[in-house]
Amino acid sequence: MLACGAHADTLKIGLASEPTAIDPHYHQLTPNEALIMHIFEPLVAMNPDMELIPALATSWKAVDDVTWEFKLDPAAKFSNGEPFTSKDVLFTMCRIQNNETAISGGFLNVSKRIAKIEMVDDHTVRMITRTPYPVFLNELARVPMIWNGVAEHGTLSFTPTEGCGVTGAWPTVNDFNSGRATIGTGPYLMKSYVKGSHIELTRNEDFRGDKPQWTDVRMVAVPSAGPRLTGLLSGDFDLIENPAARDLKRVESSGFQYVTKPSVRVMFLQLDAGRKNSPQVKSPKGDNPLQDVRVRQAISMAIDRKTIVERVMDGVATPAYQFLPDGMFGALPDAPELKYDPKAAKALLTEAGYPDGFELTLTSTNDRYINDAQITQAVAQYLTRIGIRASVDTMTRSVYFPRRAKRDFSAALGGWGSETGEASNFIQYWTTSTNPELGMGGSNYGGYSNPKLDTLFKEAVATVEDDKRAALLNDVIKIALEDMPNIPLHFESGVWAFRKGLTYEGRADQRTLATATRAAK
Amino acid sequence: MALFILRRLLQSLFVLLAVSVVVFFAVYAVGDPIELLVSPEVGQAEREALIARLGLDLPIWQQYGHFLWNALQGDLGNSFVHSMPAIDLIMQRMPATFELVVVAIFLTCILGIPLGMIAGLYRDAPLGRGIMAGSVLGFSLPNFWQGMVFIMLFAVWLGWLPASGRGPTVEVLGVPFSIFTAEGWRHVIMPAINLAVANIALVLRLTATGVVEARNQEYVKFARAKGIKPGRIVRRHILRNILIPVVTVIGMEFGSLIAYSTITETVFSWPGMGKLLIDSVYQLDRPVVVAYVMLVTLIFVVINLIVDILYAVLDPRVQLTQTAH
Repeated sequence: MLACGAHADTLKIGLASEPTAIDPHYHQLTPNEALIMHIFEPLVAMNPDMELIPALATSWKAVDDVTWEFKLDPAAKFSNGEPFTSKDVLFTMCRIQNNETAISGGFLNVSKRIAKIEMVDDHTVRMITRTPYPVFLNELARVPMIWNGVAEHGTLSFTPTEGCGVTGAWPTVNDFNSGRATIGTGPYLMKSYVKGSHIELTRNEDFRGDKPQWTDVRMVAVPSAGPRLTGLLSGDFDLIENPAARDLKRVESSGFQYVTKPSVRVMFLQLDAGRKNSPQVKSPKGDNPLQDVRVRQAISMAIDRKTIVERVMDGVATPAYQFLPDGMFGALPDAPELKYDPKAAKALLTEAGYPDGFELTLTSTNDRYINDAQITQAVAQYLTRIGIRASVDTMTRSVYFPRRAKRDFSAALGGWGSETGEASNFIQYWTTSTNPELGMGGSNYGGYSNPKLDTLFKEAVATVEDDKRAALLNDVIKIALEDMPNIPLHFESGVWAFRKGLTYEGRADQRTLATATRAAK
Repeated sequence: MALFILRRLLQSLFVLLAVSVVVFFAVYAVGDPIELLVSPEVGQAEREALIARLGLDLPIWQQYGHFLWNALQGDLGNSFVHSMPAIDLIMQRMPATFELVVVAIFLTCILGIPLGMIAGLYRDAPLGRGIMAGSVLGFSLPNFWQGMVFIMLFAVWLGWLPASGRGPTVEVLGVPFSIFTAEGWRHVIMPAINLAVANIALVLRLTATGVVEARNQEYVKFARAKGIKPGRIVRRHILRNILIPVVTVIGMEFGSLIAYSTITETVFSWPGMGKLLIDSVYQLDRPVVVAYVMLVTLIFVVINLIVDILYAVLDPRVQLTQTAH
């Protein structure tokens, strides 16, 4: 077995899902973003607890409500030796708006917030947003910077609709996958990328920051949990992400180790609160009981979150009493526990006029989130105890998500990771009234709408001052918990298992990074 | 012969057309791929631009029309997820699956046929009975479970073989193969056996039944009466006569292994086509699924053709003027 240690400085990682491209602006998915963080860097980054830290920008400040000034690191160099300058920032933001092969870069939203980019000097850049938008910084933390030389251009200016002065062809996703445009400033270089097989990285010896410990990294995607675990046990992998919670005892008894880290992914039940008639509800009165806030509160009270975390999630989760873990920006500092109280729930249901309950179908995926189908079954049993005759319908994600978007469901299990690491993110997409122009309520499939919440939310995201914004977001969350259109259940934890002799620093955004893996001393 | 092949190819064009209709509309019926591709964080404008770029804003019959028109020009469309031609994506994975299946079929032939002969010739001896009883296991053990047991045994406990993935590849005629390196063989052997077990059992039983039947035929008795050596009787008179059904089955199994070795590829993380199909179905990546099934249909058509031609070689009585069925 010790013979496996021959390549001691190669780190072999077993991933749970495969990145779809090396292009940093191609598809906003956790596996993609994790891989890209090895090769490219954003201006500001996030630490494992999702607080902002300097990356390519050594410092930044708000000059006024809409102007952000960034000082760029003069030591930062691309892997081809070219210095990183303000030109690259402008070029990157332009490419995002001229990216013809993107699936959903998502960063288009970010780039479109910018009215103007001023290159003050080579290492100072100012971005002026169209409206005051402080979450901009958190969003920037996901936007990796590329080299301006990958497309031919004259003098660059921020005029995305006219091409910014680029005369050649913009790089496509295949330019990155083939390696031609894969020129970054990060700690690793791409060595080989064979779709469906493996990804190999090699250390960037000229990296200005802390040198990673591993000269080579090999990543292989093994989507099934069983084979991924055996890969670790047999020494094919040094580290795997997301081993099944039920296997963790096995991991320890076989002489391996694991770490867990509460993530920003909240699991919740989305109720069809907006419509008079809901497709999967049968009430004795013929109405939609989910429109009544008392019924929604009763459902929340009927669920024993702690038991679900303990029994269904094998402890690899934390009960959720709001939509972002305590301690994150804008989250309630001490969110009151959502107590399990079936008696009070039953009383509330009677008060709302449903002493004999009603019929309700809970729907969920069965292959997307950790134990998604089992969570839904547990919730259904709790609801049955207070008289709501709940049945469960689970399906594969390719059927589930399109149907949910068509509003086929009455009570749907959802999962959401607030990748910005602050509280406005969840509310913006799941709780505010649907308004495509403002980019709000895009996933508010339950049709819940509270003008007071909307107004407060809009005020919050336009408030640049941090303390004031946090207080406003607190108020928004309180309303969302009073009205309860989405019932929070728990926060998933990220889990990583690895061989003895390693340590891993888990991240709240569930990304798996070679740079977070170290040999134990 | 040429006419036979030509007619066969014409028939297969219709089959391909029918398959494309069924698969295209079936994947469409499952759901809207946009919901899986695009995160809610993406703005409405970007979302609509993507829908238009992928052609998903058109009515389904128009989408199919476009697909068919492009297909006639040899373009089966771009993958929604990977933004590259679906056929390229499949071809990238093809060598991995192909070499895995070739090794599996090779094992099937060199183990299945001899074991089957022994079982047939010594039907009443303990050896023959043992082989037949063992073959039942080969059928009944689920593929997935069997693969996991192999991994536990040979990779985790004994540490002899790697648990997953494909070994380093060497380019042969521009195609990357791993079976030309020792490390490649260490990787391929477990999944190949996993893939072969059920087929060995199948071929073994088929051969054994054939041998038992042939042994009592008049021509074998006659040959024996003529004093021909037993070894020659087995090789020339029995084996040749029972090979036709065996070759058919091996041919068909070759096709279905190429197309659907999904379970083995999943268990062993073998970067082949089967895994691509499963991933694409999950992501509703319609161009890949359609191209895949059409390609597989084509493979089956070709294999069928080869099997029919082999008949004629093995059995001079078969004439290729009509289909052999």
